[in-house]
Order: sequence, then C-alpha cells, then structure tokens
Amino acid sequence: MPARATRDAFGEALAKMGEKYPEVVALDADLAKSTKSEIFAKKFPHRFFEMGIAEANMIGTGAGLALAGKIPFICSFACFVTGRYDQIRISIGYAQANVRIVGSHAGVAIGDDGYSQMGLEDVALMRAIPGMVVIQPADDLETEGAVEYLCRHRGPAFLRTTRQKVERVNPEVYRFEFGKAVELRKGGKDAVVFATGGEVYFALQAAEQLAKQGWDVGVVNVHTIKPLDVEAVLAAAKRTRLIVTAEDHQIIGGLGSAVSEVLAEHGVGTRLLRIGVRDTFGESGTPEAVLAWFKLDAAGLAEQIAAALS
Amino acid sequence: MPATTGSPAPEIRKLQEISGRLRITIIEMIHKAASGHPGGSLSAVDIITALYFARMRHDPKRPDWPDRDRFVLSKGHGVPALYAVMAEAGYFPKEELMTLRERGSRLQGHPVNTMLPGIEAPTGSLGQGLSVAQGMALASKLDGGRFHVYCMIGDGEMQEGQIWEAAMSAPKFRLDNLTVFLDYNKGQIDGPVAEVMNIEPVADKWRAFNWNVLTIDGHDFEQILGAIDEAKATTGKPTLIIANTVKGKGVSFMEHQIAWHGTAPNKEQTEKALEELRALNALTGGRN
Repeated sequence: MPARATRDAFGEALAKMGEKYPEVVALDADLAKSTKSEIFAKKFPHRFFEMGIAEANMIGTGAGLALAGKIPFICSFACFVTGRYDQIRISIGYAQANVRIVGSHAGVAIGDDGYSQMGLEDVALMRAIPGMVVIQPADDLETEGAVEYLCRHRGPAFLRTTRQKVERVNPEVYRFEFGKAVELRKGGKDAVVFATGGEVYFALQAAEQLAKQGWDVGVVNVHTIKPLDVEAVLAAAKRTRLIVTAEDHQIIGGLGSAVSEVLAEHGVGTRLLRIGVRDTFGESGTPEAVLAWFKLDAAGLAEQIAAALS
Repeated sequence: MPATTGSPAPEIRKLQEISGRLRITIIEMIHKAASGHPGGSLSAVDIITALYFARMRHDPKRPDWPDRDRFVLSKGHGVPALYAVMAEAGYFPKEELMTLRERGSRLQGHPVNTMLPGIEAPTGSLGQGLSVAQGMALASKLDGGRFHVYCMIGDGEMQEGQIWEAAMSAPKFRLDNLTVFLDYNKGQIDGPVAEVMNIEPVADKWRAFNWNVLTIDGHDFEQILGAIDEAKATTGKPTLIIANTVKGKGVSFMEHQIAWHGTAPNKEQTEKALEELRALNALTGGRN
C-alpha cells in the first residue's frame, strides 16, 4: 500500500460517510483543496459551505449547524482554526456543540511554507477545552475509522491530519477504537515510545534501528490524545525504564505533557523523554530537511532515545 | 412606519403590559444578584418581549422542539431581559429568576444552552452569536426552511470583526430566515459608541453588504412587530433591524447613562426605580 496523507484519507472518508450520515455537512475557509474537504464538496455540494477566509465565522456557523442537529466538519489548517480560540472555547466548547474541527497541516512536516502555516500548538489549545476530544490518526485506515467514529461521537472534537504522506502502520483489517492506544511493537524493556500522527511510523523505524544496537524498544500509537489511554501509559511504565513521547508539536501541552501528567499523578518514577518541537518556532525547508533538523525523523528519534538510554 | 394614533390595539397593549412588568423583574433580579447589566437589559426587553409573545413559533413545554424558531442573544450581557421573558413564557418557574448569578443556578451571568433549556447558545463573548444564528438558519434551510432564526446584537458588539464576517456571509447564503436586531442604545462600557469606535453609517454599511435594512424605534411595539413581519416577508436576503433604543429605558436616572451599563442598583436606587416603573405601568394600564 503506497503512503498516503491523512488529509487525503480524511476527505475520502468524509465523502463516504456523507452517504451513511445525512446530517453530516462540511465547511471550509478557502482551503478545501488543501484540507481535502473538496472531495466531500464535489459529492455533496448542497451540504458544503464555503466560508471564505473567515475562520471565526466558520466556527460559529458550524456551532449553529450542530446546535440545530447537523454534524458539521469544519476544516482549515490546524494553526488557523485553533488560532480562533475564543470562538472554539465558547461557541463550540461551552455549547458542547457536536462540531468536528479538522485541522490539517500538522507540524513542522509541512516544510516549505514555514512556521506560520504549521499547527504546532493546536493540540495544547484543544486539550485545554473541557469536553473536547483530540484525535490524531497515524495512517489512512485509522483516519477513516476516526472519521466514521466522529459521525457518531457526542460532543466537540478536534481531528488533526497531516499534509505529508505517511506510511501505513496498521493491519489491513483495522478497527478504530476511540480512546484506546494501540501497541504496534511489543516489548520495550529499555524504552516504550508513545507516538502520534506522522511520528508513529518514524518511531517504528527508530525502534528497528535501536534493536540493531541492542535496545529493546516498544512502540504505542496514541491516536486519541484526549482522553488519553491512562492504562496504556501506566502499563508501559511498569515494564520499561524509559517512556518516550514523539509528536510533531510543541513538547509543551501536547502528548508529552499529557503523558507526563499521568506519570506524575500516579507517582510513577519512570523517566520520561519528550520528543517534539522544543519551545521554538518551525522553519522552512523540504519536509525531510525540516524533520531532520528538528530530530523528528526516524534517525532523529533513534539518536535521542539512544542518548537517553546510554 | 405609520405613527400610532388613538388607543393601541389589544396585542400592543398586552405586550406593553408584559414588558412593563418584566422591567420591574429585571431590576429586582439585578439588585438581588448585586451585579449585572441593567442598561442593556432595559433597552432590549421590548424587542425580546415582542418576539416571544407575539411572533416566534415556540413552545416553552418543548424547548427542544426541532421546528421551533430560535432566538440567539448575541449580546449575552443583556440576558436578565431574556430570563425574565422566558420565565414569563413558562420555560422555568419565576421563583428561579431571583437565583440569577448564584452558585448552582441555571441562570448564569451570561447565558449557556447546556444549563437552561430554551437558551439556544452560549453568548457573552461578544461577536459570536450572529455566526451561530447563521449556522442555525443554514440548518433550517437544509431541511426546507422549517424555522426562522432571530438574533440580537449590541451596538458596541458591532465593533467585533466576526460580526462583519457574518454580515458578509449571510447574504451569500440567501438567509431570508435570519432576522437580526441591533439594540442601538448608543452606549458601551468605555463611553458613547460614537466616541469609543463609531459604527456609523450602520444602515449604509449593511445595505452595502446586501442586507435588507429597516430602522425602527425599538420601544414601539407596533414598529417592532411591523419590522418582524416585513423581515419575514422579505425573500432572498437576511434582514437587519436597526432598533433605536434607550439604555436603561424606563428608569429616569438610568436612561442614557453609561454608568448603568454594568452596575447593580443598591436598595434605595432599586426602590426608586421600581416606584417609577410602577407609575409608568399604571399610566399604560398595566398590572404591577
């Protein structure tokens, strides 16, 4: 199976779900070609609303549609849509409206366009809103499962997708289970990596490289960042000496923070290595060059984990 | 709008009588809560009364009725007026009105849909409610235009950029099932709207955005009802009703006074206000 961007998988899944769920509608703020909501728009033109470059209004409009019984997916780049924070906080969050906020272009992996287009604080922002669930699928199959789930979920949700193609990490027959972390590489006597989104495949590659150096490293895919699979974290902490989080996001407020909260609150002393963007801005470059620079590719993960284990 | 002559029609008299009593309730609520926004509640109460008691299709016993008309109070700080109207209509017991802003009360300082059935959306962070109302109107259109959506925005609120995003988009979607009232009481916290950040020429701006724009006296029920009917009869575009209102309407020492935007009256002030309102109601033949 060739690698696919989760944004593509999202667009196709949404178009598919449109048949099964007549209440599903989609909105975009002039980025339908990029978020891939255009796939839905072409199939269901009367259920798609082009809002123009006006994300705040899109958020409120989505909330109104949801409060009147629709299931709106409102789409933009993760940074732009979550940047209209107060609109999400009140019109969607406080309302507990059934809006699905779809933020594409997650992380530094978008490369060329640079920091202003990168979703790097979006997970932190969305995690802080009461009742908001945060989902970041790792491949196309998981994206489809997540979209299907979100057509049934009650309450607000944030779905984070990638611009770049990502390799498939899940088996052909895969069932998305909301809130349940997926162990993709067993073991992990030395380290267990909790990875999310595009970092999952890199984590698997890194574990393979580290195995050759004699380290036993397990990998867990966290597609649901909120609510976090607490049991999975605690179970891993018992069997390993290093917990690692890997995310294409700031290490402040994202998956790394979520895992550290669990470890600290349960009095677990297992050491934690948070891998992500370290309180700095993203930069332009080819996706490969930028991922390498931030040590978020397989080699970068392996290097940081080995250094922590040595 | 034609000027009224002679004694008003029974429907108008009924509305005057209700809003006259609700003004008293509003003052009592805010006094009891010892905080709240009397100025903008008193400027808005006539319009909200007209909507709930003369024009909206709604059922207080079935607040989740899918086909109900919606009202979104985007200027959420005016919610004492809405709570007073809702209790009068039967959405919740009147005794509950005096729990405004108390810990554990469904009557939050600014409205929220998740706590009080009949409230359509959480508002209070200004600029957001019009977009939400637009989304509801779109949902109605998707299902064949089953209901009408009313929204009230404040004049100071019109300084929010999001209002203009919605002003741009609602005509694009031809939302003739969306009617927006501007509670134009001319005052905001830091001073007169015209000085803080002038919104004029309001009518020209909204007409340029392709809205149907009407201008009325927001305390004249005949004009309020006439404008609602005209808005409903207008096809292909949404309507903005510029309602010229008086901040603190009905209480002499509050009228036009920005100081009463967000200040609760003390005991003496409350007594004086209630005395004035009762006298006014007696003049219009209403009960107190």
